[in-house]
Amino acid sequence: MNQAPAGGREPLLSVRGLRVAFGTPRHELVAVDGVDFDVQPGEVLGLAGESGSGKSLTLRSILRLVKPPARVGGEVFWRGRDIMRMAQAEVRRVRGGEIAMIFQEPMSALNPVLTVGMQIRENLEEHTDLDGAGRQARAVELLDLVGIPASKSRIDDYPHQFSGGMRQRAMIAIALASNPRLLLADEPTTALDVTIQDQILKLILRLRRDLNMSVVLVTHDLGVIAQTCDRLAVMYAGRVVEAGPVADIFAQPRHAYTLGLLNSVPRGGALRQPLSSIAGQPPLLSDQQGGCAFAPRCPFVVPECAVAKPPLVGIAPMHDSACLQHRKVAQR
Amino acid sequence: MTASPSMPIMQVEDLHMAFKRPRSAFDRLARKPMQIVHALNGVSFTVARGETLGIVGESGCGKSTLARCLVRLYEPMAGRIRYDGLDVLKLQGSARREYNRRVQMVFQDPYGSLNPRMTVRQMLAEAISFHRLREGAAVTARINELLDLVRLPPDAAERYPHEFSGGQRQRIGIARALAVEPDCLIADELVSALDVSVQAQIINLLLELQQKLHLTVLFIAHDLRLIRHISHRVAVMYLGSIVELADTETLFNAPSHPYTEALLKAAPELDPARRSVIDAVRGELPSPLALPTGCPFHPRCAYAMDRCRIERPLLRTRGDNHIAACHLQDTALVPGVALEPSNDGSAQGLTADSRRRFNA
Repeated sequence: MNQAPAGGREPLLSVRGLRVAFGTPRHELVAVDGVDFDVQPGEVLGLAGESGSGKSLTLRSILRLVKPPARVGGEVFWRGRDIMRMAQAEVRRVRGGEIAMIFQEPMSALNPVLTVGMQIRENLEEHTDLDGAGRQARAVELLDLVGIPASKSRIDDYPHQFSGGMRQRAMIAIALASNPRLLLADEPTTALDVTIQDQILKLILRLRRDLNMSVVLVTHDLGVIAQTCDRLAVMYAGRVVEAGPVADIFAQPRHAYTLGLLNSVPRGGALRQPLSSIAGQPPLLSDQQGGCAFAPRCPFVVPECAVAKPPLVGIAPMHDSACLQHRKVAQR
Repeated sequence: MTASPSMPIMQVEDLHMAFKRPRSAFDRLARKPMQIVHALNGVSFTVARGETLGIVGESGCGKSTLARCLVRLYEPMAGRIRYDGLDVLKLQGSARREYNRRVQMVFQDPYGSLNPRMTVRQMLAEAISFHRLREGAAVTARINELLDLVRLPPDAAERYPHEFSGGQRQRIGIARALAVEPDCLIADELVSALDVSVQAQIINLLLELQQKLHLTVLFIAHDLRLIRHISHRVAVMYLGSIVELADTETLFNAPSHPYTEALLKAAPELDPARRSVIDAVRGELPSPLALPTGCPFHPRCAYAMDRCRIERPLLRTRGDNHIAACHLQDTALVPGVALEPSNDGSAQGLTADSRRRFNA
């Protein structure tokens, strides 16, 4: 689990043993517990999980946006260098420059007292060598790129004059200003309507292709994953429990939690039949025991599950699972 | 005009609701006109006893306003609601309270809809004693029965809302609605605040309770997968109007309104093999302050023709229990067939029949 997955390419980003903890050392609440994953050049990686699974914290830790009192440990290799050990000035060059991020709530992520144009130019000033006129022209170009109509006139609008979908487009324009190699997207469409979500996801995919970016997409919606991602890492209680190509995992999940999650989503054809839900609630950070965190809700549970947290191991080419019962799960 | 199932228990006719936007003193001095948000523009439908009617639409389409009008949390400006022979909007005093007992609403936000300073027992007892359904020891027995019904442990009665998770709170919300023995539940985005694995539990509970207690359910949601799973019939709303209403499988397999088609295409499918790269629908929802003329969907519609910009399409029959409001289908054309715009304001290619209706 500590080496790069098969494929042989040099990953763009490697996260190794990422750990985020809150509380005192005596009463530690571990929100992210030893997360490993790689992002290959040009791919869209999905991080899926329910609320509290640690997916957003994982994403924010990559850019060192998680501040004390949280304690962050582990390694995040960006093109060979460990972001966790970089000096502040260096992190600032990477953050918003080579790695850009967009957030769930565009209204609270945008500055309400600056025009959209100023916020784009701010990023251009920080991360490019363009002069004033060049920045203005580039800002209009970026708004065109993300599909904002009448970009020349709307560039002087404030965020509140934009609709929800337009704000998310504006935020993407800001993120793209620095020509990032990697875009981190934290639930970018959760606050949007389904037709607007569809437009934004397709915009992200188009930009990924045209600009040759990689994308890490955090979402709780498995439909969004199915429609946009190349590979998927499923998180539960702060750990990656299954990772692999989206098509493989959707065709044959190899972790009991992934299976339960996929079965919880209603599909056409089973009109008004009971859904196969997962019993119980996701665990609280404060009452984690020694074994697999999913064991109390798991229909496949065996006594060994309670002994130690199962490690994420390769069970098929490019497909990892942290489930002792992955063979049984696969047969379902 | 509505598709009418047998034995409707609720009939809604031409419901209108608008909200005035607050004007500042400055606006008044500048003599700016009052702005009005048209939330419901003539909504009509019927619900049969024991059926689940799904109401789906994007934010701002008026689905929550509709729910609130149905239980008279808002007083509609025009229209009629009939419930089991009663003229709901004319009910007063005890008759109105009795109606509100029979038609109960469960709210979306499990955090905002429960009083944080009341225990579950107090909440349930309040509802029961308000309607004088039980007295004395029978109240306690009924509370235990309700908690059992929604699968909460009996000791939940003495706890406060903050001690429960989101899914458990929705169970409390359902128990409170059921406490007064209603025959109709209006569930407004019942599970949209919940995680997927917990959503399924609540949906299963609702299906089970509906069967056990013979409830009629209005299930309002934006999630098409949920709507499809739970509803017998589905109404699609857009900008305050129903644009299509049909049996669930008909609607999902053969939608007849371009908006329904776009919604279905936009909903992310669970099958990674079926991806599309084209946007399902262009543009965004117009402001409800200034509704488009003609068909409310025409600025975003791929098939819009001149007639759509002028004349508002009416709901017309498309088949058994299937109605839709679209000129395209009135002209008996299938989507994808382009029409040459003409100069006289109407579209060419109208059949003689639809032209007659158009001119009438």
